[in-house]
Amino acid sequence: MISRMEILETNKMIEESRLDVRTITMGISLLDCADSDIDRFNENIYKKITTYAKDLVKVGNALERQFGIPIVNKRISVTPIAIAAAGCKTDSYVSVAKTLDRAAKDVGVNFIGGFSALVQKGATPSDNLLIESIPEALSVTERVCASVNIGTSRNGLNMDAVKRMGEIILDTAERTKEVDSLGCAKLVVFCNAVEDNPFMAGAFHGVGEKDCVINVGVSGPGVVKSALENVRGKDFETLCETVKRTAFKITRVGQLIAQEASKRLNVPFGIIDLSLAPTPEIGDSIAEIFQEMGLEHAGAPGTTAALAILNDNVKKGGVMASSYVGGLSGAFIPVSEDHGMIEAVKTGALTLEKLEAMTCVCSVGLDMIAIPGSTPASTISGIIADEAAIGMVNNKTTAVRIIPVIGKGIGEVAEFGGLLGFAPIMPVNGFSCEAFVNRGGRIPAPIHSFKN
Amino acid sequence: MKGIITVLGNDRVGIIAGVCSHLAESNVNILDISQTIVKGFFNMVMIVDLDACNTSFEGLADDLGKVGESLGVAIKIQHEDIFNTMHRI
Repeated sequence: MISRMEILETNKMIEESRLDVRTITMGISLLDCADSDIDRFNENIYKKITTYAKDLVKVGNALERQFGIPIVNKRISVTPIAIAAAGCKTDSYVSVAKTLDRAAKDVGVNFIGGFSALVQKGATPSDNLLIESIPEALSVTERVCASVNIGTSRNGLNMDAVKRMGEIILDTAERTKEVDSLGCAKLVVFCNAVEDNPFMAGAFHGVGEKDCVINVGVSGPGVVKSALENVRGKDFETLCETVKRTAFKITRVGQLIAQEASKRLNVPFGIIDLSLAPTPEIGDSIAEIFQEMGLEHAGAPGTTAALAILNDNVKKGGVMASSYVGGLSGAFIPVSEDHGMIEAVKTGALTLEKLEAMTCVCSVGLDMIAIPGSTPASTISGIIADEAAIGMVNNKTTAVRIIPVIGKGIGEVAEFGGLLGFAPIMPVNGFSCEAFVNRGGRIPAPIHSFKN
Repeated sequence: MKGIITVLGNDRVGIIAGVCSHLAESNVNILDISQTIVKGFFNMVMIVDLDACNTSFEGLADDLGKVGESLGVAIKIQHEDIFNTMHRI
């Protein structure tokens, strides 16, 4: 029988260290909704999403009550719209975004991901249409998230798309400037995007997936931090073991919720994403873990090593706790969603360049970073190219979710609200990369031997 | 199925009686009780059998919440699987 100590430990994690299940995300294929008439396509996807996901929020809430653990988000990911809507005869996909938004609101989920295109090697007319529809789509919808995959380790980087995405990001920022360019917080540019990521804004339901699956994203930076408080000053072996054990326990909870959700919704279980995802709340921060490890602030020398340790041991602990692990799995380092990271930027400890270095060893990449609205599109493309190159060469997912805040400059603060938090605007290297970005074409895939 | 009830709050007369009488009314059998008081702070963990419970899990959780309010303590009930999953392989 379970012991009193174990019961109290679990509840302490939930109540004091903010252990939660970050998201239950239902992945839904829209491939069978194809129609040459865009109105009929919209009707089909609305029907499918609202039928499949009608009980998602209800079941999530019931699980939350029964197990006494918060399940923060219930979300939906769908087949990349550039693929699902490719047969439609239309000159804009904005109506599709509006339909997704309406479906999300009607079933009660807070985000729906999959307004996406995969153009790592080249773009179809449908991919181009989707990309061109992004700025308007994100400005007229509330819950739709967009993503574009512009490179992979096997295909190289599509630099035409990289160039265009710099402009699309700026255009999205301009169209949502009344709300601190919030539209860009719902737009991710990927290299090596994964097909089963449950986390927003980059979630989409890959074409290699089943008709419908349940993916779960766990979290718990606060739990890791409080576990590390008990081993302060101990050596790295102890540090790593502590992270591993904690990650194991956190992931077991995710596994339980995923299995139960899958059973009750009668939808197959896909994967658990072993991510440590922070929130703007105190005690739910990746930067606080670095401080507990012994760094004055996130960004201090040693931060990349600290993040590498954290990321690796979260995976080592989590993999054994779940039958299927997938998604992005690692530590997220979004700036605006982590009060410790915000503090580190404000004090000057953390710069864009250090963040770029950190993305070499963690999941994803430059995330929720506010930059001056006057930043040229070519510079944003240059930042995307750098980040994508890291992903391409190192066989990992990298992403850029960057927000040029129109009308604001360095030192000012962009407010996004809720889980998206707020961010001080960071300086960007002002030297030009325009001629580089303007070359166009593709960067060939890297060699995967002679690793040095 | 088994449930785990935790009760936390300032100690006073009648906490166990209040909780247990409500459980009896709901036809919930108590399998294990452990209780401590540290510096006036009451802390109780109960393991209960819910198979014959005459109300739904949510209903029981709501009722226990109300009992807790009247006693000035926080009462939480959870399915035992969250603890088993986390601490047992």
